[in-house]
Amino acid sequence: MTIALRFDPLRLPPRCQELRREVRAFLAEEIANGVFDPEHPESGSANADAFARRVGERGWIGMTWPKKYGGGERSFLERYVVTEEMCIARAPTRRFFVVDRQSGPTLIRYGSEAIRQSILPRAVRGELCFCIGMSEPGSGSDLFAVQSRATRTEGGWLLNGSKIWTSNAHQADYMIGLFRTAPPTKENRRHGLTSFLVDMKTPGIVCNRIGMMTGQRDFNEVAFTDVFIPDDHVIGEIDGAWKQATSELAYERSGPERFLETYGALAGLTRIAGAEPDVRVAAGLGRLTAQVHTLRRMSVSVAGMLEQGREPVVEAAIVKDLGTLWEQALPQRARELSALIPASDDDSRERFGQRLSYYLKAAPKLTIQGGTTEVLRGIIARGLGLR
Amino acid sequence: MADTDSFIVEMADRMFAGLADPQTIILSRSDAWKQRLWPELEQTGLTLAWVPEALGGAGAPMEEAFGVLRAAGRAALAAPLAETMLAGWLLAQANIAAPSGPMTVVPATPDAAPLTIDSRGRLGGCARQVPFGAEAGHFAVLAQGPDGLAVALVRAADAEVAPGFGLGGDPANTVSFTDVVPVRIAAVDLAVEDLMLMGAVARAQQIAGALETMLALSVRYAMDRVAFEKPIAKFQAVQHNLARLGGEAAAAVAVAASAADTISETGVTGEAALLEAASAKIRASEAAETGAAIAHQTHGAIGFTDEHILHRLTLRALGWRDDFGNETWWSVRLGQFVATGGDQRLWPLLASR
Repeated sequence: MTIALRFDPLRLPPRCQELRREVRAFLAEEIANGVFDPEHPESGSANADAFARRVGERGWIGMTWPKKYGGGERSFLERYVVTEEMCIARAPTRRFFVVDRQSGPTLIRYGSEAIRQSILPRAVRGELCFCIGMSEPGSGSDLFAVQSRATRTEGGWLLNGSKIWTSNAHQADYMIGLFRTAPPTKENRRHGLTSFLVDMKTPGIVCNRIGMMTGQRDFNEVAFTDVFIPDDHVIGEIDGAWKQATSELAYERSGPERFLETYGALAGLTRIAGAEPDVRVAAGLGRLTAQVHTLRRMSVSVAGMLEQGREPVVEAAIVKDLGTLWEQALPQRARELSALIPASDDDSRERFGQRLSYYLKAAPKLTIQGGTTEVLRGIIARGLGLR
Repeated sequence: MADTDSFIVEMADRMFAGLADPQTIILSRSDAWKQRLWPELEQTGLTLAWVPEALGGAGAPMEEAFGVLRAAGRAALAAPLAETMLAGWLLAQANIAAPSGPMTVVPATPDAAPLTIDSRGRLGGCARQVPFGAEAGHFAVLAQGPDGLAVALVRAADAEVAPGFGLGGDPANTVSFTDVVPVRIAAVDLAVEDLMLMGAVARAQQIAGALETMLALSVRYAMDRVAFEKPIAKFQAVQHNLARLGGEAAAAVAVAASAADTISETGVTGEAALLEAASAKIRASEAAETGAAIAHQTHGAIGFTDEHILHRLTLRALGWRDDFGNETWWSVRLGQFVATGGDQRLWPLLASR
């Protein structure tokens, strides 16, 4: 009488740790060259384009993709190491992060051969930025409430409607967007949605930027008015996108970015705590370290399962549920503990305060984006056989 | 949630189900099952799994023996299997052959005043909270000798064992040694913390196993139990509680298995062993607290009765938190270690495996 959840201990192979050293050396050089500042979360925005190209030159975008599309055919574990090092350094990955994690694999699986040939090699070189067009004013977690339409026209489709909360749409080259191509059926309310590859320069698309409570302006409202999409830009099955929307979620949900987003608060706390902290601060540091270590080992374990070709959907949902709640709470814990640390003469305390302030503002979104806590718990409950 | 396809672990699961099934134990209202279980355990070699063959043990792979402890946790096993395995391991570190019969280790808490061996080879001192002290035939004692730390093998009859029980209902005893002449004494290259570390990983495995069964019991109960005209599993509030229990069980399983794998690979010394073992004890203990609460909440009143098996799992898991350093003690230890290294060394440490 046990329930089949698996989290086998996985030792990263030596080649991963060699790669890790290469990535660290590369990032150290970028930092030394002033490309970005690991302590200022948004510092590298202006250099994100050039940074993406240099990462591409190293072969660290599309690492797991087939060689015929420019990929590296390397393991998920190698990709994992690159991702976590970028995340810890707070490297400006915004130009390539989405295509590397999500859009690229979607195109490899469901895109036409012509699309793959034309898009993927450029993405691998760090030349293409993608965004994801899912949410709408009336459709967030409830994906199947999408109302933006795609209607048949000669040689393709016309898109109308609007997407919202679309991160980076204003600077993206492409969107993979979900549009309604038929009404839902009585038997299946998920029927009737189709995925499209949208060139963001197509006439009829307008991006309106939306400010966020962090002070950044990454959100967009994207309005579509008779936007023409050629037939071969349909991604996957017409009316059947719901089948493909769920299959990549294990990749999206279990990565290091799902618990390391606010890691800087722990690093900052450790720095100001000094070598011999108050016992209460030490206890707090130890507990947070144990928690992040546990999450990382779970996440690495899921990466190992993906490498073996398994689909650990429930395990991935568990990692994201625990991981996002943890990274959301971390700045709060760091804030509490910092009150016990004596002030210092230098500006380290002030810098910690600035970082903390950013993380405290960013925290609420962490349990919303890419599947809310509530949605994840529904998935876990289904995996346990409860629904 | 078995993460090992090991034959030994499967055998242990079957043996515990056959000879130490919690429901059967509750119904029998006697300890007769213990007399039947122990000889079987010894015969399979599980009790001395961490003792090399040259010292009279089974010399099983360390990782498989940790897997057996998780199986023991799944069964809420109320026998000194973990304690005997730890005692055998401690004796083996000092090249002392293990006797047969149940054993336990002294000390079992990190903050105890050291036990001492004087120049005449007499053992003195007192240790509290010794698990299964009252059921052990021998103690493996880590004590301060005239020339450094030493391991002493002591007959239980030569010590004074005060009656007492832990939270889970198993013996937990204050053990006093007054001018005791041990059966054997040998020097050892080991610190008290190394023993705590080994014990912490053992307890984390047991807690993880107990949580696996709590999850399975709670899911099954929620699907069977009808309230407000439907199985309570159909209520979203219940589903989300059980999803959290699933997450806690998964966290305990993952961190305990990772620590067991690390210790099996590198031994108890080194930075990775400290990070892994401390984290396992801290996080598994947290999971025990949250997980036990949800398991009870799901079961309602029936789970609070002495006839139901749930308390055998929840109380043991909660009690195991306090052996070999509780989560606060390990948090301070790990936190001090992290602080000493500073923020630049924290991530490389976390990413070392």
